[in-house]
Amino acid sequence: MSTTTTAHHEEHAEHPSGIMRWLTTTNHKDIGTMYLTFALIMFFVGGAMILAIRAELFQPGLQLVNPEFFNQLIGVHALIMIFAALMPAATGFANWMIPLQIGAPDMALPRLNNWGFWLLPPSAILLTLPFTLALFGIGDGALATGWTFYPPLSVQGGIGVDFAIFAVHLLGVSSVLGSINIIVTLYNMRAPGMTLMKMPLFCWGWLITAFLLVATIPVLAGAVTMLLTDRHFGTHFFDAAGGGDPVMFQHLFWFFGHPEVYILLLPVWGFIPQILETFSRKPMYGYKAQVYSFWAIGALSVVVWAHHFFTSGMPVPALLYFMYSTMAISLPLAVMFFCWIKTMWKGSMSFETPMLFTVGWIILFGIGGLTGLVLADVAADAQYHNSYFVVAHFHYTLFAGGIMGIMAGVYFWLPKMTGHMYNEKLGKLHFWLTAISFNLTFIPQFFLGLAGMPRRIPDYALQFAEFNMISSVAAFALGLSQLLFVYNIVTCVKGGKKATDQVWEGAHGLEWTLPSPPPYHSFSEQPTVK
Amino acid sequence: MQVFKKIGLGLAVFFASLSAYADYSWNFPEPVTPMALDTLHVHNKFMLITMAIFVVVLAIMIYSIFAHRKSKGYKAVADKAPSTAVEIFWTLVPFAILLLIDFVIMGIPAYHSVVMMEDTRDKATMVIKVTGSQWRWQYEYLDGDAKGIKFVSNLSTPKEQTDKGFEGKKDEQYLLEVDNHLVLPVGEKVRILMTATDVMHNWWVPQFGSSRLAVPGFLRETWVQVDKAGTYRGQCKELCGKGHGYMPVVVDALPLEEYKTWVAAKKEELAKADAGSDKEWTKDELVATGKGVYEKNCAVCHQVSGAGLPPAFPALTGSKIATSPIFGADGKYLKDGHLDRVLNGIRVMPGWKALLNDTEIAAVITYERNALGNSVGDVLQPAQVKAARQ
Repeated sequence: MSTTTTAHHEEHAEHPSGIMRWLTTTNHKDIGTMYLTFALIMFFVGGAMILAIRAELFQPGLQLVNPEFFNQLIGVHALIMIFAALMPAATGFANWMIPLQIGAPDMALPRLNNWGFWLLPPSAILLTLPFTLALFGIGDGALATGWTFYPPLSVQGGIGVDFAIFAVHLLGVSSVLGSINIIVTLYNMRAPGMTLMKMPLFCWGWLITAFLLVATIPVLAGAVTMLLTDRHFGTHFFDAAGGGDPVMFQHLFWFFGHPEVYILLLPVWGFIPQILETFSRKPMYGYKAQVYSFWAIGALSVVVWAHHFFTSGMPVPALLYFMYSTMAISLPLAVMFFCWIKTMWKGSMSFETPMLFTVGWIILFGIGGLTGLVLADVAADAQYHNSYFVVAHFHYTLFAGGIMGIMAGVYFWLPKMTGHMYNEKLGKLHFWLTAISFNLTFIPQFFLGLAGMPRRIPDYALQFAEFNMISSVAAFALGLSQLLFVYNIVTCVKGGKKATDQVWEGAHGLEWTLPSPPPYHSFSEQPTVK
Repeated sequence: MQVFKKIGLGLAVFFASLSAYADYSWNFPEPVTPMALDTLHVHNKFMLITMAIFVVVLAIMIYSIFAHRKSKGYKAVADKAPSTAVEIFWTLVPFAILLLIDFVIMGIPAYHSVVMMEDTRDKATMVIKVTGSQWRWQYEYLDGDAKGIKFVSNLSTPKEQTDKGFEGKKDEQYLLEVDNHLVLPVGEKVRILMTATDVMHNWWVPQFGSSRLAVPGFLRETWVQVDKAGTYRGQCKELCGKGHGYMPVVVDALPLEEYKTWVAAKKEELAKADAGSDKEWTKDELVATGKGVYEKNCAVCHQVSGAGLPPAFPALTGSKIATSPIFGADGKYLKDGHLDRVLNGIRVMPGWKALLNDTEIAAVITYERNALGNSVGDVLQPAQVKAARQ
């Protein structure tokens, strides 16, 4: 394995400075940085929306927002968090780390990469613009159907639905472009000697994610386009009066929607074992088993979609099939849990912030996974479905399993990206505040769901008051703790203790052989892997 | 600042309430149907299993976290892949245990629950039809003694309590009370046909354990058999627009004898209301009746004052439709006229043909034309509505 020297290729690093650098860049690290920054900003936009909702739900009765606005906030919160925060964050890591991990100078298709990013800001604007337009009396605000766009409600809705449809189209194009780029890069630009089965696990996670995106995004695009023509061009895909079926939309949407969950999680499952092996100071256990699990989950994820709407009504054999196939996902997932814990077992562990987030992540994501297993049961699902139990469940998988995983990755790679160490004390404080307030926010929601509180209601019966109050207070604590995260990142970018090339004592892999921060064109001489 | 004050206040109330009147519920409410009972058992069983898995795994991990620390000087011991048959066997054991849990311990009871849940017809003694509309439920009895009984069930929590900024005391059944309860006999298996008129709704009573999507243009079915007399409450649980949080379900389960009495009384009441459509009403009577109908059904969108919420929900005060003639020269009601709009609806506005009786429609139209700042001065008789329906 050979390491390039910085001096050698500094002269190639000429690029426009100032704003033009960022607008025209085709450099994987610059684009990665833009993705990550965009994700962080949108994380706060989506967070502000949900805090408005939690403030409203703090006590029974309407205090702050009216029901129409409430419905707009919940849907746009979800779309922003999923498409504009979690996915760009994962793509940002892919851009930054895939070339570093496989020993490539850049991504395979750099201009496509640039285009992929620049589709995101317009779609974020499309999603949020209707709020502003409504203030000026144009239209009646943003999408008010929840992020799932179910017709006929979405056919009935105002211009917010059209804006959201076009936003989803742009986001979809961006994701497919990014995915194609990643697939091409991973297949063609690996260092000599790095076979597919020697590829770092993060690259594997992203490879499966990219295939899932290419397979399912077109289905979503088709579904929302059919919705658009139902709304404006007189088609009846989802209108029974014209021979259509509203439930067909649910099938199409969740054919995308369920794999989407794994699209959000697979990149995280990829780098979590890398963090574990680094801080356990021993190679990860069961690399192959984890790769096969990724494949198994990728394959299963596209055949279980209907468990999202068991109560919509379907034949008994279909119910049984979707129940049992959903339960089967627990098998590869259990293999992965086993490997994670075995990696920690008899290691020489230390608990820097990335490791803290990772361990917390395993526990909390475990709760998300186990409640998911319970939700697969059709009969009990009639009770859980669309109640706060489900809300709590998917926040355990997507906030704990997704966002807290991303945070582990940020702390893990930030010194490599910036060349500076972040503030360890603040990082640990951030972890504890996040973990505690997250649980206090969402554990009460499990009980609310069991007691019978439906989701997406702006006001609730008095028996739900206590738990909602706890949840709201904790949600604000959770939101405010994220300011520490931003502060820590910003100070780390600006300066701080110099990071070594290897950064972490137990780190190994190609990315840790480059200087911190890495040179502009990562590997200009191809390393070889034995 | 207001928000912070409220949070502070809330915290204080919360900590006080912990000791004073802890009203926390940790599991499903008391089941009253075979299905809810089954669901509760399944839920409890699965929860125990998953918690046991969670605790075991967590314990192993926590042990490792404390034992295998660098700060304690623990040196990493490299793993080796299982190579002998015995090692591979022990690696596959957890896998086998999970298979057993998923598809035998959990899978078999789940199978029986599904079959029971979907069996809507065997031994069913009566059929009712539930129709969801924005934002109310309509119930219709399709067979037996009660055949022909049909009524609409609206939220009856006083409007001022649900208004923004209401500070006073709320009803005990805030958001969970309706004007007309659905009444079912105890111990009878009731097959429920479910549909909707506008968007999707979901009829859900937690204590019944059944929930089924109401899809416009389709009939879905489910069943309940309430084994204990009482009043049970639930809510719509499919997002259906701005009134989603305001369409509760309330069911009275009565012993068979009391149920029969209720059926007789209800039939008489409905017959009396029908008779009303043949009599000649005065304008004042219609306006007085119409006010109630309007505030219950129309004010959600068009507002109590008639000012509407433009652009989605137009004002009725001074509106063209509410002030122009209802009938044309040929005596038929005009397309896009007042009666046409109320009977058939348009876009977001539901048609009221199936939801309101002749008297109610006549009354509400007369009210809208002679109140809410309008003074057209004409009167629409229930008999005219009856004729228009044909």
